[in-house]
Amino acid sequence: MVALTKAINSNREDPDRKRANARKRFPVWRWVILLIAGVYFLLPLWAALRFAGIRAFGTVFVQPGFWPAIWLSTRLAIMTTLITLALMVPTAVYVHLRVPAMRRLLESITILPIVIPPVVLAVGVLQVSPGSLKATPWLLGLVYVVLAMPFAYRAIDAGLRALDLKTLTEASSSLGAGWSTTLWRVLLPNLRTALLSSTVLIVALVLGEFTIASLDLYVTFPVWIVQFDQLNANMSVAASIFALVLTWLFLMLIVTFGTRQSRRTGGGAVTLFTVARAETKGN
Amino acid sequence: MNALVAAAKKEGQLNVITLPSNWANYGTIMADFTKTYGIHITDANPEGSSQDELNAIAQLKGQSRAPDVVDVGGAFAATGATDGDFAPYQVQTWSDIPAAAKESTGLYYADYGGYVAIGYDPSKVKTPPTSFKSLLNPIYKNQVAIDGNPTQTGSAFAAVYAAALANGGSFANIAPGVSYFKQLHSVGNFVPVEGTPATVQSGQTPILIWWDYLLNSEVKSVVKDFKIVIPTDAQYAGYYYQAISKTAPDPAAARLWEEFLYSAEGQNLFLEGSTRPIELSSLVSAGTVNKPAYDALPAVPGASTTLQLPTTAQQTAAGTVLSQQWPSVTS
Amino acid sequence: MTQTEEVETTLGPVTGPRVARARSAGRSMAKLVGVVPFAVYVALGLIIPMIVVAIDAFRNPNTGAFTFTNVNIATHGVYATGIRESLILSVLASVIPGIFGALIAYAIFTAKRGAFLRQVVITASGVFANFGGVPLAFLFIASFGSSALVTGWLNDLGFNIYNAGFSLYTLSGVTLVYMYFQIPLMVLVILPALEGLRPAWREAAENLGARTWQYWRYVGGPVLMPSFLGCVLLLFGSALSAYATAEALTAGTIPLTSIQIASFLNGNVIAGQQNVGKALGLGMVVIIAIVMVFYVLLQRRAAKWLR
Repeated sequence: MVALTKAINSNREDPDRKRANARKRFPVWRWVILLIAGVYFLLPLWAALRFAGIRAFGTVFVQPGFWPAIWLSTRLAIMTTLITLALMVPTAVYVHLRVPAMRRLLESITILPIVIPPVVLAVGVLQVSPGSLKATPWLLGLVYVVLAMPFAYRAIDAGLRALDLKTLTEASSSLGAGWSTTLWRVLLPNLRTALLSSTVLIVALVLGEFTIASLDLYVTFPVWIVQFDQLNANMSVAASIFALVLTWLFLMLIVTFGTRQSRRTGGGAVTLFTVARAETKGN
Repeated sequence: MNALVAAAKKEGQLNVITLPSNWANYGTIMADFTKTYGIHITDANPEGSSQDELNAIAQLKGQSRAPDVVDVGGAFAATGATDGDFAPYQVQTWSDIPAAAKESTGLYYADYGGYVAIGYDPSKVKTPPTSFKSLLNPIYKNQVAIDGNPTQTGSAFAAVYAAALANGGSFANIAPGVSYFKQLHSVGNFVPVEGTPATVQSGQTPILIWWDYLLNSEVKSVVKDFKIVIPTDAQYAGYYYQAISKTAPDPAAARLWEEFLYSAEGQNLFLEGSTRPIELSSLVSAGTVNKPAYDALPAVPGASTTLQLPTTAQQTAAGTVLSQQWPSVTS
Repeated sequence: MTQTEEVETTLGPVTGPRVARARSAGRSMAKLVGVVPFAVYVALGLIIPMIVVAIDAFRNPNTGAFTFTNVNIATHGVYATGIRESLILSVLASVIPGIFGALIAYAIFTAKRGAFLRQVVITASGVFANFGGVPLAFLFIASFGSSALVTGWLNDLGFNIYNAGFSLYTLSGVTLVYMYFQIPLMVLVILPALEGLRPAWREAAENLGARTWQYWRYVGGPVLMPSFLGCVLLLFGSALSAYATAEALTAGTIPLTSIQIASFLNGNVIAGQQNVGKALGLGMVVIIAIVMVFYVLLQRRAAKWLR
């Protein structure tokens, strides 16, 4: 014990350690990484922009079919996000709590949609879907839920792993909360980052998915962009970059709205005390 | 004919598929059809492929969204016929369509076509290429592209076929075409990307081998002074085919559409899209051809007057050989 | 669960062993009730379509008769090469962006005042993760192509990358381009896992005198490794099934399974051979099943090594 204290004290006095601590407050490596990433992602965009010219952007909004396509994609995005989260969050929580042995199986199943090329999945789905469903665009939404599963599950699973799920739920039920209250008022607030990540992924997926929508012959936003593409080379590049920017604005809206609604639980450990307080405070 | 028009107008709607508006002048053709008959046209999946069209017929059967008519490559027309997807129909000008370009009972029939051509941007390409052989000149380093994967894209497939014809091959033997591109790659001229109007415009692929009519309608519109030549060592013509779906939701409108396409007016509209409409020779002899558009077509060096097209069997065999050998081009 | 068990022991076993076994079997079945909605959805939306495709892989497209021809074609010649090349590409395009993505996620996660930075990076990642195909290929052709922007700059600096053997149109070039959507994907899926790294642990480790690498070896690594491996697996699957970008970049000169499937299922050249495409699709599922086995083994090893 004495030796340990001596060791700790001597470490504290160590000038190298002081310097290292100081460096930690100003980590250079973080900015290096972000700089490299920034260059890698923005340079090709700039090269393409240089080619397209700024003028090309103005014409995109006024093209026929633009607004209906955006509206369709928006509805599909909302539908897919709601269904995916409603399906995956309870399932993931349930599996983590009650049947942890099934986690591997769940992981394996949820990776299938991402491995199967969209063409193959589309062909299969269109072959088995009933005609009445095929006649509406909602079939697309349902298929998108399948496509979103891998991402949603990974993000939610990672978020759940970061929690002490058993303690939270036991504390909650010991305070008298039922299953749904626990889920809604205890777990969901703690899964904020995971839910946000998932939502961002799902919305971006729906706003970017082209293959299945075009095979199902519906004009979603990405399908419309490709159709608009054809008219002009400058336009096609401008249209793609425009799609990027629009999707990004959409996502910023979601994220800002989501973060403002949130109460940060911070990076600190969630104690029973905090949970109890939230419960009694009435959220 | 009048009864057909009346029935079609009653249906009021036509579903077409995979028709880009700047391909063979389809934008104007569809607009003119709607203006003349008041029938609304829905064009689904304009960037789709021939296989997509056959898939749509099968998968959307019985729905009002299903395609009424299709415009597909030769091999797909044959497959669709075998699968029983099409309804036979003979347009009024049936006899003006050459025998080699139609299925005898009227299941499918060629509508327009063009030649594999070399397009180049004179501002970046100082010495005009004239043939496949000339493209092997090292001054064209990193400049030559085709428009995609020949096992997937009909025009790229045709480019390799044409290269085969230029190098001692034939409709039955596409292998010399593959070796030609392998050679083109080893001298450093071949850029293995999917060539598009954008890649030509940005200077990445100043020389593009594509259908002459697409080089005209899609590249010439964005690249100043773009030149199009049909290679002197190979004249490969490719045609697309019309067919009416057996389960078309708007059968009368579908048939009226075909009558429109094969009328002098429709065929001339195809001509204005820089394609060679299938009834071209009849139009010329009848004097109904649009002369300025006709004269604007790129000259075909030493063309024979009879239409020569590979048979379905030859195309299938060539496709298989190509699938196996194409990756060897860059290895 | 705990309560039921407690009741059992206080009251004593109610009846004999046979009923207890049946009851426990009933209980295990009852345990699965929570996954039923998910199972139904997966069955309808994924399993059944895939079974249909799998059956077609063994059928002759014209006669409907059972045949091995499709599978035979799909596993030989250029298609076998395609599988090999696809696997190589997928490994490269999952591990490398996996590491970069994790680093970037960590960089933005630990930024103390970085709420806005986090928001921008998260949303940008969402956008870029789904960006691909012809537009992405064009972006890179315009910057790194043989007569493009960056190539030109490097040329002016006296360094000709194409003479040095680099080419955008090879497997390494395609990997470079794939990273454009793989890295953001990694950032998004690993970010929630980083929440599991409590700063308190870092401080505690430092107070005990641990250096950075020791922290990672004994604390950070073990906590993150399962999630990290899971995310790399996701990237692997994503790279395996991507095709539009590679197609636009290489025009089929590199045999890749996803491109070959597209040639069969929605191309303009090869007609009537869709079932070979479906056989290839089935092949991809088989591949990922095999990869999953390795993944599970790897997870177990990693857990042992990091204990």
